[in-house]
Amino acid sequence: MQDPYQVIHDTTFRLLKKAATELPKDVKEALHAAAERETNKMAKTQLSAILTNIEIAETGVPMCQDTGIMIFYVKVGHKFPFIGEIKNAIEQAVRKATAEVPLRPNAVNPIAGGNSGDNTGVKIPWINWEIVDGDSLEVTAFPKGGGSENVCIVGMLKPGVGLKGVKKLVVDNVMSYMGEACAPNIIGVGIGGGSDIAIKIAKQQLLRPLNDRHPEPEVAKIEQELMEAINASGIGPMGLGGDTTVLGVKVDYAMRHPASLPVGVAVQCWAARQSKAIISKDLKVTYVTHPVEGK
Amino acid sequence: MAEYHLTTPITEADARKLKVGDVVYISGKHVYTARDEAHERALKMFEKGERPPVDFEGSVVYHVGPIAWQKKGKWVIVSAGPTTSRRMELFEDEFLRKYKARIIVGKGGMGPKTLGALKEVGAVYCSYTGGCGALAAKGLKDVRAYEWQDLGMPEALWVITAKEFGPLLVTMDSHGNSIHADMDKLIASRKADVYAKIGIKQ
Repeated sequence: MQDPYQVIHDTTFRLLKKAATELPKDVKEALHAAAERETNKMAKTQLSAILTNIEIAETGVPMCQDTGIMIFYVKVGHKFPFIGEIKNAIEQAVRKATAEVPLRPNAVNPIAGGNSGDNTGVKIPWINWEIVDGDSLEVTAFPKGGGSENVCIVGMLKPGVGLKGVKKLVVDNVMSYMGEACAPNIIGVGIGGGSDIAIKIAKQQLLRPLNDRHPEPEVAKIEQELMEAINASGIGPMGLGGDTTVLGVKVDYAMRHPASLPVGVAVQCWAARQSKAIISKDLKVTYVTHPVEGK
Repeated sequence: MAEYHLTTPITEADARKLKVGDVVYISGKHVYTARDEAHERALKMFEKGERPPVDFEGSVVYHVGPIAWQKKGKWVIVSAGPTTSRRMELFEDEFLRKYKARIIVGKGGMGPKTLGALKEVGAVYCSYTGGCGALAAKGLKDVRAYEWQDLGMPEALWVITAKEFGPLLVTMDSHGNSIHADMDKLIASRKADVYAKIGIKQ
């Protein structure tokens, strides 16, 4: 029997390396499609640089120097036998990836100052835990860059503004940060719940594949509407003009308090890095976003 | 829209030749990284009459916090795409006046204070495609020094020899032109159309 700690550690290390160097297939395809569709000269040059960069990165180099702050989404089956190993294995994998991929040390102490140097520290890596039915473990590495994170917002709207007000908040945000978040972006919107819940839902939307639509037609319609509106702005890749400002807009919601209409808006740069694996109770690993070649 | 292959140090005349829309490739020894903290430190040193470890005159100052590592005892840049330049709007005009760098490289553009200083000093701002760290590193051939290490890897002053570092797109020039300012106007003019698509009449 393999050592469960080692399996989780080694799997997480591969997830971090793949996330930093290879975009998920759907994002890559969307960028290629955008490059073909664009007629704007500025947009074409920006997308062409991005596509060349992606190719170089796939040789094993982090595509962006900002390899993000370390965030994980972990779904643990209630019968997964090695729950106690997960946190430590992930932390150690982060340290190893920082030294060996390498990743940029991005964990700074906001009180005492200083960079920890290994991407770990107080509450970082941040792990979003979810207990689910089953006996396996799903780990998603979601390193998040600072540029796009700096333009995420939470709006506590008056319920009277309705969905129109929600849409306006999203669109106004894009038109204020323009290209600063390395457009083309992916935007996650979370409506309802509360301030923390709204932004949490918003961020979770960034994990969805680009080609999916919300199962509820009313929500799917908002996604489509927002995407078309934002792309009509002409902001374009890097804010230098063009028709591709967003590759996708993903929306979800929770019930809200009668007096509140919280809206979270999470912004993702084009380097939409994530990597996911599933580890079974007998420690077999399946890589979901970045399959091992030949498997 | 012309293409230039320039070698550092860059003269004021060279910088004044550049216009928005031009593409530039840089080679030479005067390529330095500087983000918020390096700008601040350089300005403080100037006030105190101290000299920074490099001479910024004629140089290319790149807004970047690279990933670098040591291979056989030598620092190598691994990935080094631009950071958001807007943060440096606080200091760039003073920095340009005091140190006379000729090309600032970053992403997202800068504001009116910097644009004014570019005109006054004779310098340009170039945009490098954000997130393209692997591509940028190809042009940053040699790390000659890693100064101000106490600021940490991203904020330190990296002293670099570049070879055909680019393509850098001139988006703010010394003649008062800014593609970023033009884009702001364009987007403002389209706002009504964008709102119409979500059912809002202005």
